Amino acid sequence: MGNAAVNDFTIRVATVNGSGSQSSNLVLTNAIFRLGVPVAPKNVFPSNIEGLPTWYDIRATSRGYRCRTQTIDLLVALNAATWVQDVASVRSGGAIVYESTYPVSGLTQRDDLAYFPVPFTELAKAHVKDGAMRKYLTNMIYVGVIAELLHIPEATIEAAIGAQFKSKPKAAAANLEAVRIGSAYAREHLSALENIAVEPMTGATDELFFIDGNRAAALGSLMGGCTVSAWYPITPASSLCESFISLCEKYRVDPVSGERKYAIVQAEDELAAIGMIVGAGWAGARSMTATSGPGISLMAEYVGYASFAEIPAVIFDVQRVGPSTGLPTRTMQGDVSFVYTLGHGDTKHPVLLPGTVEELYEDGMAALDLAERLQCPVFVLSDLDLGMNSWLTKPFAFPEKPFDRGKVLGVEELNAQPDWGRYRDVDGDGIPYRTLPGTDHPAAGYFTRGTGHDEEAKYSENPDVWLRNLNRLARKHDTARTLVPQPQCEDAGHAVGILAYGSTHHAVVEARDLLHAAGLETDYLRVRALPLAAEIAEFIARHETVYVVEQNRDGQLYGILRNELLPEHIARLRSVRHYNGVPIDASAIVEPLLESKNQLAHAGGARS
Amino acid sequence: MTASAQTLNIIGLARDVYKGSPTTLCAGCGHNSITNHLIKALYEYGVPPHRLAKMSGIGCSSKTPAYFVDRAHGFNGLHGRMPSAATGAKLANRELMVLGISGDGDTASIGLGQYCHMIRRNVDITYIVENNGVYGLTKGQFSATADVGSTLKHGGTNAYTTIDVCGLAIELGATFVARSFSGDGKQLVPLLEAAFAHRGTAILDVISPCVTFNDHEGSTKSYAYVKEHDVLLNAPDFIHAGEEIVVDYEPGTVQDVALDDGSHLLLRKLDRDYDATDRLGALRTIHESRTRGELVTGLLFVSGDEPDLCERERMPARPLHEYKEEELRLDRATFAKIAGGA
Repeated sequence: MGNAAVNDFTIRVATVNGSGSQSSNLVLTNAIFRLGVPVAPKNVFPSNIEGLPTWYDIRATSRGYRCRTQTIDLLVALNAATWVQDVASVRSGGAIVYESTYPVSGLTQRDDLAYFPVPFTELAKAHVKDGAMRKYLTNMIYVGVIAELLHIPEATIEAAIGAQFKSKPKAAAANLEAVRIGSAYAREHLSALENIAVEPMTGATDELFFIDGNRAAALGSLMGGCTVSAWYPITPASSLCESFISLCEKYRVDPVSGERKYAIVQAEDELAAIGMIVGAGWAGARSMTATSGPGISLMAEYVGYASFAEIPAVIFDVQRVGPSTGLPTRTMQGDVSFVYTLGHGDTKHPVLLPGTVEELYEDGMAALDLAERLQCPVFVLSDLDLGMNSWLTKPFAFPEKPFDRGKVLGVEELNAQPDWGRYRDVDGDGIPYRTLPGTDHPAAGYFTRGTGHDEEAKYSENPDVWLRNLNRLARKHDTARTLVPQPQCEDAGHAVGILAYGSTHHAVVEARDLLHAAGLETDYLRVRALPLAAEIAEFIARHETVYVVEQNRDGQLYGILRNELLPEHIARLRSVRHYNGVPIDASAIVEPLLESKNQLAHAGGARS
Repeated sequence: MTASAQTLNIIGLARDVYKGSPTTLCAGCGHNSITNHLIKALYEYGVPPHRLAKMSGIGCSSKTPAYFVDRAHGFNGLHGRMPSAATGAKLANRELMVLGISGDGDTASIGLGQYCHMIRRNVDITYIVENNGVYGLTKGQFSATADVGSTLKHGGTNAYTTIDVCGLAIELGATFVARSFSGDGKQLVPLLEAAFAHRGTAILDVISPCVTFNDHEGSTKSYAYVKEHDVLLNAPDFIHAGEEIVVDYEPGTVQDVALDDGSHLLLRKLDRDYDATDRLGALRTIHESRTRGELVTGLLFVSGDEPDLCERERMPARPLHEYKEEELRLDRATFAKIAGGA
């Protein structure tokens, strides 16, 4: 057996979807967190309501890593269908808590693992009288077993259950009872778990709290002043809009009149969802929709329109695995190149690339400002890993700046300049002035169209007019380059650089520590948005080799870099890709970089 | 009457204010007549131009918002997708008077989904289908409102069931459905004014002959065909809110429809038994008349009871863009409870 892993281990819970294990896993996660140990949970679930296998990894990590790991220390096996593969997933020296009726023979009989059989079904049958609740409470029994094996105090478990079932004290009591059945069984029948331990820590989790990215994005939308949202249900974006709905219902309804300071419509499809928020943006309301790849495909036509007609709108893309319907419940950075130029003709959009839940919150606000400042659709690219998993984060900052409503002419401004032109570049930054429908001034009106138009918004097929307009839009895109969130850079002058974005960040953080331990020092630049900031080319120019790490097969950001940078910069780039649908882990970065360092034949080969 | 009373409407604006850019449609196009009737109706009703949002999709019909009320904001959107943009605009600013102009291709083919859902939500909009049964801008293909057996100018007979946008609207729960003819301003103008006064989705299916591609023998949307087969259900007369209602018809021959803004639409019954508040009766009449090859026009159905989208969603009268940071953001203490730090 290996050395004791104190506060650095991963528990994998393998269950059947629909068995209600989510509450148990959250209680376990929360209990470890309450001991002061940073935790990173990852839910790997099927596109199914009931019956298919699901896994929940709870990673205790004293150094506070947030990414997935492939090293599974302790398995809770409660799915007969995946029993064989689940046993194989445990690291040598690890342990297995399993339903005692599962056969231990052949592939499942490993001599490098500790086995802890528990008769879960029998215990539940004997102790849980309520047949309807039995399925759910069986899962709480494993919480008790694990708590006992890891020596988590019962008071801590009780507090975690209290938090989980805040509004349902009766359910809390029943769940605690089930936990006690498990811990009693473990006390009486199981030997000690020798090589995995959890011990209270101090200082590692001060002030931190759990939030999923979708809720963080919804909170950003709320604090950013979004008042109109339209959406069509899609995994993994639905809970973003549902979070926004619950926040608005709670905080944006006048308690006396019942009037709402918002409108949220569940649209008939994504064509309508984007149409509604573009219409709202045109009429002056800050508006937002959230969807995933298949919805983005449908939104292409109105996004192209809004870009050309210059109407603000914010689109969250919580990316899932494509192509096509793909893997709806798995994660990917698969839409980067798609959304960047979404639309026919010469079209480019600002794309924000948050890497943390905190940045999702901040970008939720920033996107609304940018959309109105730049008068165009702004994308915020999240993914299933960021959006649907719970992340530990420091508290979000209260916004101190007012909304940036951009260049809007009101009655006073129109009195001063009644001969304004909707698409004139008055300030040289490519951004024109607009008026809102409803402005009570004879000069306020103009005609918005997706057809060719001149500076006065009149229809025009004149080649010179068309050229001027397209060139102004390019100028505006360059203005966007300076306004979007700028890269995060750690540069200590090493020869090797890593370039990444979005949720890949968390694997890079751990990978750089591992590479350091292996003798390879790296610098790191995290891209925060498109269009590419000038600093990116400068970072590449300072390094011999820059590894572009991302979660898609084709190296989509790598492609954008190749398209937009100079040949001498491109020559320094190597593409590292991860695209099997589960979140990237550190080994997906460490291995190719070390291989490369060891001069093995490797030129940016694909990983799976 | 003084000179100014003759030339200014009830909000003191001249008729010229309601004009737009010169039309670029074919001479004799029914859509141009509709534009002229619209200008008259907007002027007579006294729509404040700054409150008007002219919205449209794609096609000949959808170009027309450029041809009236230059002062108003216009939104010439995407093919079949005007209803969604109109829905968003109305939610953003409840004070806007949304006027949607669509065509038969824009509504009944590519835009059928959005049309249905707009009606289902009872979005407060006057929605005009300039219906000529043919794709004009792409030079003469059938649309889904073409009748079975009607022919194309350059050969081809339509074999497929027609989509009746009025019957469909009534089935979907629409609260105001009328059909008219671009050549009948006497009927269309009061219907338009009543549609402006109605709170909720008001559908006006206006048969509007395409002189270039669908005005031949064999077309059921030609001037000649419509004139011959038009059966008027009722003759409408729009009475402004506060205006005295003077009825000089026999009792039982006039249906008085009270509208949401206090105005009235008086319907002189031409079909004695027709009741414009009877949903099933309206559907039956539409079906039966189509079977007979007739085109019934007039106010087909009206209901004033259902709340519109903004009412259902409890929207404030104040435009949403006017709300300030302190009205939309959480206070610091509440924020800290949700975002850590409490």
